[in-house]
Amino acid sequence: MLNVDGLYVDYGSVNVLKDLSFSAKPGSFIALLGPNGTGKSTLLKAVAGLIPARGSVCLGGIRKLARQQSADAFAYMPQDTGATSSLTVLEVVLLGRLRSLGLQVPGSLREEAEEGLSRFGLQSLGARTLDAVSGGQRQLVYLAQSFFRNPEVLLLDEPTAALDLRHQLIVLDRVAAHCRENGTIAIAAMHDLALASRCADRLICLSAGEIVADGPPADTLTGPLIKDMYGIEADVVHGTGGITHITPLRAVEGAIGGLSSSPQ
Amino acid sequence: MSVNIESSAVYTNLIARRLWWLLVVASLLVTMTIIDILVGPAFLNVFDVLGALLTPEQTSDPTVYVIVHSIRMPMTLMAMVVGASLGIAGAQMQTILGNPLASPYTLGFSAAAGFGAAVTILFGLQLPFIPEFTVPIAAFISAGLACGLVYGFAHLRGVTAEIMILAGIATLFLFQSLQSLVQYLASPEVLQEIVFWLFGSMLKATWFSVAVSGSILVFSFLLLVNDSWKLTALRLGDERARSLGVNVHRLRLKIFVIVSLLTAGAVAFIGTIGFVGLVAPHIARMLVGEDHRVLTPVSGIVGAIMMVGASIASKLISPGMVVPIGIVTAVVGVPFLFALILSRKKGHW
Repeated sequence: MLNVDGLYVDYGSVNVLKDLSFSAKPGSFIALLGPNGTGKSTLLKAVAGLIPARGSVCLGGIRKLARQQSADAFAYMPQDTGATSSLTVLEVVLLGRLRSLGLQVPGSLREEAEEGLSRFGLQSLGARTLDAVSGGQRQLVYLAQSFFRNPEVLLLDEPTAALDLRHQLIVLDRVAAHCRENGTIAIAAMHDLALASRCADRLICLSAGEIVADGPPADTLTGPLIKDMYGIEADVVHGTGGITHITPLRAVEGAIGGLSSSPQ
Repeated sequence: MSVNIESSAVYTNLIARRLWWLLVVASLLVTMTIIDILVGPAFLNVFDVLGALLTPEQTSDPTVYVIVHSIRMPMTLMAMVVGASLGIAGAQMQTILGNPLASPYTLGFSAAAGFGAAVTILFGLQLPFIPEFTVPIAAFISAGLACGLVYGFAHLRGVTAEIMILAGIATLFLFQSLQSLVQYLASPEVLQEIVFWLFGSMLKATWFSVAVSGSILVFSFLLLVNDSWKLTALRLGDERARSLGVNVHRLRLKIFVIVSLLTAGAVAFIGTIGFVGLVAPHIARMLVGEDHRVLTPVSGIVGAIMMVGASIASKLISPGMVVPIGIVTAVVGVPFLFALILSRKKGHW
């Protein structure tokens, strides 16, 4: 069980997150929604223990985790896939288990890493360098690395931003299945509301650093909420099988939730 | 899920290719080392040199023995140690600063060492009991001072690559200016001595300098091997390395201290040597990639090859004399660097 209680994050004098609290059961897949600059990435980093925050993050009843324990329990996948390197794709995945790597890499670990690549259809790219694959493939490599870490909590920052439609569906279905099968908690910051409603079993909506809605997609995502969060009018129809149709109609005048308080 | 045969061979092939390159560069270094010992202004017979090397007790001419054992061998071994130290230091510097133009000199250690040496020469300072080591010790202390300056600044302001580069470049300019001031104040004779030190010359090498610089190299290498995977992770950027559990700030400071130690150990005895620390890591990266388990030793070997090659060239340029090696590395280094940039492979820079 993940319990986040009274979480505050400040960047200088700007309060980016204000008194955020929520819990997540093992196996749950939560989509984190909200406009740009509203604190989604900050929340993920704060939960992962990568930036200073006030409040508490407890996993399995344990509050303070040492750096390495925290890295073992929480796998944070940053949004940026632009940074390139001449490391090979296989090495990038192997780095997911940094602590198990010595001068020699155990055969079982290699096979597991290669299996991880196969799971994302990357088996033929293992020897390719990271700078020789596309942005979308790079995102899949980092996803394979996050899965390879086998964490208790997957924290994914816009995991499908560089992917085509087919891969977006495949990746999010794989995240949902991984959570169900392994009891992993996944929290993914996303912008595609329809996709989030279809794949996640819970939505947490942020506006200006505060939670404005939290619940199952069908109950949470409504026209008024979208208007409050994003400053647009939209038709929202929840169909069968978790399919949500969202038709944006027009932008509303005035400031929107996140950008006005966006940290620079 | 089963892994296909092609996929499971990926890692084995990668490692085999890297070990092959390691073997190739190591063999090249051994060959060049032998050539360097054979070549010299004394025009010794190849068989006499080999005899003095392999069966010293049977050497009939004591002059040959003295030249080979007391002059050529320390010079060659020192070239190897200095090249390896600078190559390894450069590779680590480029990793921790995330900058392809970083080298052991970026943060001003070499300029500081030069300043320390210049001050000692200017004032004719001499330590009691060990006067011949006054200049190397002063150079070493001065480089340590530069390291402390950058370290302290980074510690106060944040251990990011940008802060360290800024603090380092400021330190570099500070010590370069102080070095120029010392040169300006020096008499023509002293100035000549200072300039000769700054050139970098293997003629200053002794068995003692080989032992000291070699020990620093071995000690630093062992420390670096321990952090190989963390350094490899740092190539993915600070944020990703941090998310993988690497204490990026601590790692950066630790490697910074090791690099300053390596650089000071390399330049304190023989003076300033340019370009090896910048170019050797790039060649190594092109051959074996970013895996620091292999990149670190290969950078060292490539650096040693460059220095031993420069040492051979310094003896051949003008028969009968030895041109300071610092001049040769810079002259050979610049066109080599340009050629590398022109033939650059994406991602290596």
